[in-house]
Amino acid sequence: MRPILLKGHERPLTKLKYNREGDLLFTTARDKIVNVYYSHNGERLGTYMGHQGALWDVDVDPTSTLLVTGAADNTVKLWEVSTGRCLQTWEFNTAVKVSTFNEDADRLLVVTEARMGFQGTIHVYPFVIDLEAKQATEPILTITSPENKFTKAGFSYLSKYIIAGHADGSVSQYDGKTGELLKNVPVHDKEITDLQFAPDMTYFITTSKDKTARILDTKNLKIMKTYTADAPLNTGAITPKKDFIILGGGQDAKDVTTTTSRQGKFEARFYHKIFEDEIGRLKGHFGPLNHIVVHPAGTGFASGGEDGYVRVHHFDKSYYDFLYDVERMRPEN
Amino acid sequence: MLDTIVVVDGAPIVSEKKVDALSKVLKKLFSEAGRIRDDTFYMPLNEEGKSKGYVFIGFETPEQADRAIRGLNNKRLDAKHTLLVNRFTDIERYGEDDEEEVYEEPVEEEYHEQEYLRDWLKEPNCVDQFVLHRNETVGVYWNRRGEHPETIVSREKWTETYVAWSPLGSYLCSVHRQGVQLWGSNAYERKQRFMHPGVQLLDFSPCENYIVTWSPEPIQMIPEDSPMRAQFPFTPADEGKQIVVWNVKTGLPVRTFSAAVAAENEAGAGPAGPKKISWPAFKWTSDDKYLARCVQGQQIFVYETPGMGLVDKKSIKIDGVVDFEWSPATMSSGTSKKTEEHVLSFWTPEMNNQSARVTLMTIPSKEVVRTRNLFNVADCRLHWQSQGDFLCVKVVRFTKTKKATFTNLEFFRLREKNIPIEVVELKDTVMNFAWEPAGDRLVIISTSDAPAAAPTFVSFYGLERSKGVNGQFRQVASVERKSSNSIFWSPKGRFVVVASVGGTSNNTGELDFWDFDFEGERKEVAGAEDVPANLVLMSTGQHYQLTDIAWDPTGRFVATSSSTWGRALETGYRVWDLKGTLVREEHLERFKQFLWRPRPPTLLSKEQMREVRKNLREYSKVFEQEDLAEESQASKELIAQRIRLLEEWRAWRKAVVAELEAERGGVVPLAQRGSEKEDEVIERIVEDIVSEKEEIIE
Repeated sequence: MRPILLKGHERPLTKLKYNREGDLLFTTARDKIVNVYYSHNGERLGTYMGHQGALWDVDVDPTSTLLVTGAADNTVKLWEVSTGRCLQTWEFNTAVKVSTFNEDADRLLVVTEARMGFQGTIHVYPFVIDLEAKQATEPILTITSPENKFTKAGFSYLSKYIIAGHADGSVSQYDGKTGELLKNVPVHDKEITDLQFAPDMTYFITTSKDKTARILDTKNLKIMKTYTADAPLNTGAITPKKDFIILGGGQDAKDVTTTTSRQGKFEARFYHKIFEDEIGRLKGHFGPLNHIVVHPAGTGFASGGEDGYVRVHHFDKSYYDFLYDVERMRPEN
Repeated sequence: MLDTIVVVDGAPIVSEKKVDALSKVLKKLFSEAGRIRDDTFYMPLNEEGKSKGYVFIGFETPEQADRAIRGLNNKRLDAKHTLLVNRFTDIERYGEDDEEEVYEEPVEEEYHEQEYLRDWLKEPNCVDQFVLHRNETVGVYWNRRGEHPETIVSREKWTETYVAWSPLGSYLCSVHRQGVQLWGSNAYERKQRFMHPGVQLLDFSPCENYIVTWSPEPIQMIPEDSPMRAQFPFTPADEGKQIVVWNVKTGLPVRTFSAAVAAENEAGAGPAGPKKISWPAFKWTSDDKYLARCVQGQQIFVYETPGMGLVDKKSIKIDGVVDFEWSPATMSSGTSKKTEEHVLSFWTPEMNNQSARVTLMTIPSKEVVRTRNLFNVADCRLHWQSQGDFLCVKVVRFTKTKKATFTNLEFFRLREKNIPIEVVELKDTVMNFAWEPAGDRLVIISTSDAPAAAPTFVSFYGLERSKGVNGQFRQVASVERKSSNSIFWSPKGRFVVVASVGGTSNNTGELDFWDFDFEGERKEVAGAEDVPANLVLMSTGQHYQLTDIAWDPTGRFVATSSSTWGRALETGYRVWDLKGTLVREEHLERFKQFLWRPRPPTLLSKEQMREVRKNLREYSKVFEQEDLAEESQASKELIAQRIRLLEEWRAWRKAVVAELEAERGGVVPLAQRGSEKEDEVIERIVEDIVSEKEEIIE
């Protein structure tokens, strides 16, 4: 099916987020605004304006009431989803790279960058889904990593662990309550660019500039699968329903002017999650893909590119029908 | 002090009267090397006042003495007298040592079993090997079917610059700062090393007996007390030379030469300054017997192995000679029909009111067997067919106005009496030309003289043959191809790939796979009915920015590669089969070389080959069955592996899900609530009245 092209941003996209039901799609870009669309037809509902810098992350609570955004203006902002009203602002010393909820949205996790003498830090705040509530401004937990800055982080199932990706390609597992470092394993050769959990959060996928993506077990950080691509990867998503993963990336943004779109490898790549084979590619963007998210029901996906466009895809019948012979021979009981 | 004195031997013995005159001559001669100290020119005389035939000469410095030895040793003074110049200290030393020296029995070296260099040929399915050079790693692989090539050996930093195969595939050469090393046998052990500092280029003789290396640094002697001296293969006579011919078996230099550049400068051709050296420096005959190089405009030097002396002790003087080529085969010479001789072809341009000329000369008898005069020649290229049956001279000629050029192809038929010549005239400029190996067909790429935008044509020619008699060369087909610039024949003939090669960004890397003998309905080509050919374009492919193409030595696969040396951005290689279907593709970063391992020529006789061809159907049946078995085996393995992966994953999932459920204790997190609920589809029918119109019907 033809993708829906969303042209709501003027700068490269940084993050996309479906709400729990998948009917809304939130997008952030470097142009300081957040957009929200109906995912099924691409109609824009509105824009959240107020940040002074490029946005890096967006998350919405499971009831689609409150929206939290993190930006390069050193702030995290809380918004009312339905009106676009800014409810609260947290201020930090450095740019905010990650702002995300845990599965019950009773915790807010913020990652700030290592800059100007400040260490890269994970801040955890208590949170309540209540429009009227005054949210806590003091963190109940902070984790720093002096040598090795954080690039991505998130809560695991039951908020038991905090999983963080680092600039050196390693992944750390912290205790979700005490912040104690439980494990640090080397996974990639270069910076980790994305870390997305499977729907039940028992495993997650990491992507890296080293042109590979890997699936790790949340509990013991064991590398389960490895996917090799031919370009640096910016993002990877796990599809529910089907055993696929979708990877995106391409030539580095700074090299793009010297290459044609042919060489840039700006395609969304589909791999079989279990067999690690590449099974398909989808062209469209004319810049690197910065972020890919899959619809929570597994009916489609959206990709945001350095080219400033969001492409929303709905899967065809052939997508659902695709099976390896061995999968057909041994259907899951 | 003594090391400034040289002893000159072999001077003429003269009577008293002439001693002064001789002294004068020798003084003059030796003062070229340096200043002779006044008191140290001493010519001993006997009782009768006759000279004794030797002279002592002292120079101011030992360097001058060295120069005298290098420059004047073996100098021919006249027909009877050759001067021998030696260092005074040397004579003393060697003279003394004679008495003291005791014969020492040389230690007998233990016998080492040598591994068979051609062991790889025993592979039952004739699978070929190739070398991959990427980043700093060089590896040798089997070209087996399947996703990944099978590694034989892979080494980091095997070479400092590049690697190369010897022409029959026995050795792999690695090039280092210190020299060249040869590797061979199954384990790829070091077989030989040639110490040549700064070596950059190498070239083998066709039978792998000799290797020629070139270094931009002239050979310099290293100090005698250096620990390296024992291994240093060169003598003072080699100093200043840049090209070395080595014996592959012994690893020792056979002869050194100064670079070709110097020879050209002597001729005074062109301005001074760094010149590109032409490589290979020497052209070899197919049996390693002769090697030759040409000094443009003057002469061709033909050396004979193993002595490396000039044939007949003199070069072949040819005024204006531009280029030459050996015939790949021998022919019976004109006078004595029994001896087979090599054929040298060369051409000279128009000069001194003489027309340009292509000449065929036999070696070693130096007999001219055929000449061809040509007019209005801009350039000539000599293309030998691989069996020496034909020589095609591609002549670029000026039109009458001298403003444009066109091309003639002059075919010399070496196997026919008196070597008849056939001319095919073309209006266009031929950019590329290639003979079918062991065949009589050819492909040319031509373009009209006008600049870039002009269309490029690929044309196919074949030799007419009716009732066993050779007719004329006829065009079979001609197609327009915008970007094609290179022709690659299968080493076994019949199939040919026409491609556009080059690492530039506007090179799209198109590949055309042609079959000259398509086994299907034959299309009649008007004017070329008698040419045994049925040309079909089997398929086309593309490899963006490809820089190199190579057929495997058995002619079953074609490898296209884009190397980082060729400035390609997307580096890697692809392997195609002869029909043009892509077999394998690998993107490798900092990829440099893909080289098939060559094979020595077949040992089958012509009759045996004919026999095989006749029974081809039966052979192919066997092979097809083998292929099928292999394929089904491979797919069985793949399926088994997939089943294993699938089971493992499912088992793990089951365990993890059960564990998680226990940990959650029945509490569903907010993020997953409502996900069990089926989507509710609400249909609403909205009626919109677009327009209302009232019409009265009468």
